[in-house]
Order: sequence, then structure tokens, then C-alpha cells
Amino acid sequence: MSHPDRIEVDATDGTVRIDGRSTRVGDVDWDVPTRGTVFGTLLNYRGALTVLGNAVDAAPYPAPPIAPVLYIKPANTWAAWGDPIVLPPAVAAVEIGAALGIVIGTTVRGVSEQEALDCVAGYTVVNDVCEPHASLHRPAIRERCRDGFCPIGPWVIARHEMRSPDALKLRVLVNGELAAENTTANLIRPVARLIADVTEFMTLSPGDVLLAGVPENSPRAHAGDRVRVEIEGVGALENALTAERSS
Amino acid sequence: MRRARVLWRGALHDACDAGGRLRLDTGELVEEADVAWLPPLAPTERPRTIFALGPNYADPAKELAFKAPEEPLIFLKAENTLIGHREQTQRPADATYMHYECELAVVIGRTARRVTRADAYGYVAGYTVANDYAIRDYLENYYAPNLRVKNRDGCTPIGPWLVDAADVRNPMNLRMSTTVNGSVTQRGSTGDMVFDIAFLIAYLSSFMTLSPGDLILTGTPDGLVGVHPGDEVVTEIGGIGRLVNTIVGDEALSEAA
Repeated sequence: MSHPDRIEVDATDGTVRIDGRSTRVGDVDWDVPTRGTVFGTLLNYRGALTVLGNAVDAAPYPAPPIAPVLYIKPANTWAAWGDPIVLPPAVAAVEIGAALGIVIGTTVRGVSEQEALDCVAGYTVVNDVCEPHASLHRPAIRERCRDGFCPIGPWVIARHEMRSPDALKLRVLVNGELAAENTTANLIRPVARLIADVTEFMTLSPGDVLLAGVPENSPRAHAGDRVRVEIEGVGALENALTAERSS
Repeated sequence: MRRARVLWRGALHDACDAGGRLRLDTGELVEEADVAWLPPLAPTERPRTIFALGPNYADPAKELAFKAPEEPLIFLKAENTLIGHREQTQRPADATYMHYECELAVVIGRTARRVTRADAYGYVAGYTVANDYAIRDYLENYYAPNLRVKNRDGCTPIGPWLVDAADVRNPMNLRMSTTVNGSVTQRGSTGDMVFDIAFLIAYLSSFMTLSPGDLILTGTPDGLVGVHPGDEVVTEIGGIGRLVNTIVGDEALSEAA
């Protein structure tokens, strides 16, 4: 079996060329295509902030966020294309968060918005799975960090193979039905601005993945569902939700 | 055994405490002052998960008023924030309140999934000291404490030693102290943790898998005061180590640029 680092893919129709042979994305055994820390960004879609409404002006917040609000999807949450997302009995439903994954290529700290995209190696699709939680006051570790709650992939599209990341359509399908649709044009901080504002206070390193954010009203899915996150020009990430077998 | 990772004459070495000096993996004995100290943690294949606790200490003096939380407040940090013993941490010029936090750090030694409290210590490789600095000016109440407060580069000194779990008789009864320029500003005991080590390992592993090299920073007692450029901050835990750090201002960075 071959383990190539670079393959040719058609991000639109899911065709993959490996060792000169064409195959379908579902016929390949995928690994997680990134290796560094995965940072999620909260409330980076205009609609996500709108959904909170006047709540942002009240306790416990009690003001809209100023700096990017980040969280970490630790390594236990990572999953590849096709890996099952296992829901324990306590978890009735999860939200399927369509996130553009910005894969960092060079060490970057304190970069300007104008130069920020130079540090980007490419882009990938991330399904930022979480249990629904109304309060955003405390870090949602239990809701966001269960094993397998962060499928990534199937591949990273090199930055120079992409046009601008600032108007990419995102779609979530549950069992083949369109469940949500949005676009990175609705980001409060578009990709370059987000990188600039994050690296104002911390370094991003090669392999790290910064998620541009998750749109408002993420669709919910349950055990037995098959979910697909598509990002225009980047790819489509499919995983099935399964119920944990009682032991 | 007390283990360290150090740079000596431009090369990276594993080392152990040899009674005031360091014995390198090459067998050589060197002076502690002659090495640069890295976090005493073996590299991991994937980024280690670093858990840290929000308020996790009961203050005996305020015991009647203290209402114990029902669930621990846990946040995550990334490896960009770790630095070693005797290094420098930057205090931004616009910050009005930056404080240290002396914390016992637990290093996981074995893959842990649904571990019981009774079995939890079997998953601990060892212990070290962490200083979990915070810059309160940047606190925002979304997923608080937010990463801008807690995940800044170099804001979590850790070390100097990883002390083997077998060498720590009772990690829940260790003296803790912090000194700023030699004056004691914080005192406590790990015995005053609200959620103890066994609970935290059982709790976290109840919903996620812990891996070797993962860290749990278990929180800090009362006694936090502000620090300023030039301050030498020493966080010490009895039997584990004495971690030295110096606060520097923004100019330390611009000089290097």
C-alpha cells in the first residue's frame, strides 16, 4: 500500500489520483492530514453573534467580544475522513460545525493583515463537533473535547491552488439532505485579519490549524446519521455518527 | 529520580539531579548554572493536551464563605505557552495586572480512558511545578479564562524537574509558596485542592482519552499579587522543585528584533 504525502485531487468531484490511478475519495484509507495544535474560533460569523442578540450586553459576558475568542480541539478529538463519530449514551445529539481549517506553514507572530496569508500552507475541511451548550461563559471542554469530535480532511489544498478564502461556500448535509449553508464572506474576521489578531498574542507554528469559525445554527445530528461538510474549492468531509456500544 | 531536559554547549540532553549538579545522559556532570533549562517533558508525537484549573483551592481562612463548585472549571493551553526554568516571561506594557500562579502539574504516563479514582494514580508519570501566569487586563467572559489571558507565548514556565511519581509519597500534602524578589507572597498546600488529582484524572478520562505526556495544572491557592519587569518570581513546591522566572518588559523583545 502506498502512503504518498502529496496527491492530486479534484476538490469539486472528489476524484483522487494516486500513483497515476484515479480513484474515489471513499475508496482511500485517509489519515488526519494535519499534525499541529487545532485552535477553534468562537463567534466569528456575523450570524453567530446576531443569534446571541442582546445577551452579549448582559451578565455574565457583559459586552461583545473584543479579541478573537479561541479554544483548543485537542489531539484526542481528531478523526479522519470516514472515521465514526461515537456518541456515548449521555449525548443525544451533536452540532455539526462547518469550519474552514487554515493550515499554518511558517512560524508566525505579530504579522500584519496584509502579510498574514503568506504564513498559510493551505486549507482543509474541519467538522467542529460539539454538544449543544447555551452558555459561552466557561470553556466547553466536555462539550467540545470528546474523542473523535474533530474530523479533519480529507486533504489540505495548497494555498496557491486556491483563490481567496474570503467567499467560500460552506454546506452541511445530513443523510444527503442540505441542512445548513453559509459562506466565509460572513466572517467577522476574514482569514487574514484573524491570523493577524491571533498572532498579536501568540505564535502559530507550522502544522497548526486555525479554524475560521462555525456559522450560526449548526445543524444537529444523531447516532445513525451520516454527515458531510463541504467547503467550496477545499473538499468534502464525511463521517457517520454511531451510538457507543454498551459495555 | 528528578529528570530535566537541558541545553548544554549547544546540544539537547536528558539529565537528572545529581545532588546540586546535573548528570547528563552522556554521563558528564555539569553545573546547573551552565545549562539552559527546557520544560522537563519528553516530546510527544501529537501536541500534548494541557489542562489547567480555574479556582480549585479552598482558602481555610474563608472556609465558611467558600462555596465549592460542583464541577471543575477547566481550560486548555497549547505548547507555545510553555518555557523552562530560569527563563523570562514578557509583561506587555499596557497590562495593569499580571500575576503568577504556583501550581502542581501532573504528568500523565499511560493512556487513560474511564479510569476510576481508586486507579487514577497508576496513570501518573510524575510531577513538576508550573507558574500559570495570567494577564487580567485581557480577560473577556467568553470561554473564560480566554486564551489571550492564559495562552500567551512563554507565559507558563514549567520545571525544573519531572519528579517520578514513585518518589512522591503524597502529592496531596505538599507545601507551596511563591516569592517575588525574595519576599513570600503566596503560601498554600496541595491538600487544600477542591478537586484532587484522583478526581481530576477520573473526571477528564470519563469523557476523553488522556495520553502520555498530557499535563494537568491543578490550580493555585490564594495570594496572587502583581508582577513587574525585573521581578524574580520563584514558585516552589516541597519535594518537587523550585521554579525561577524573571519578568521582562516589551523592550526585551524589541531589542531582539
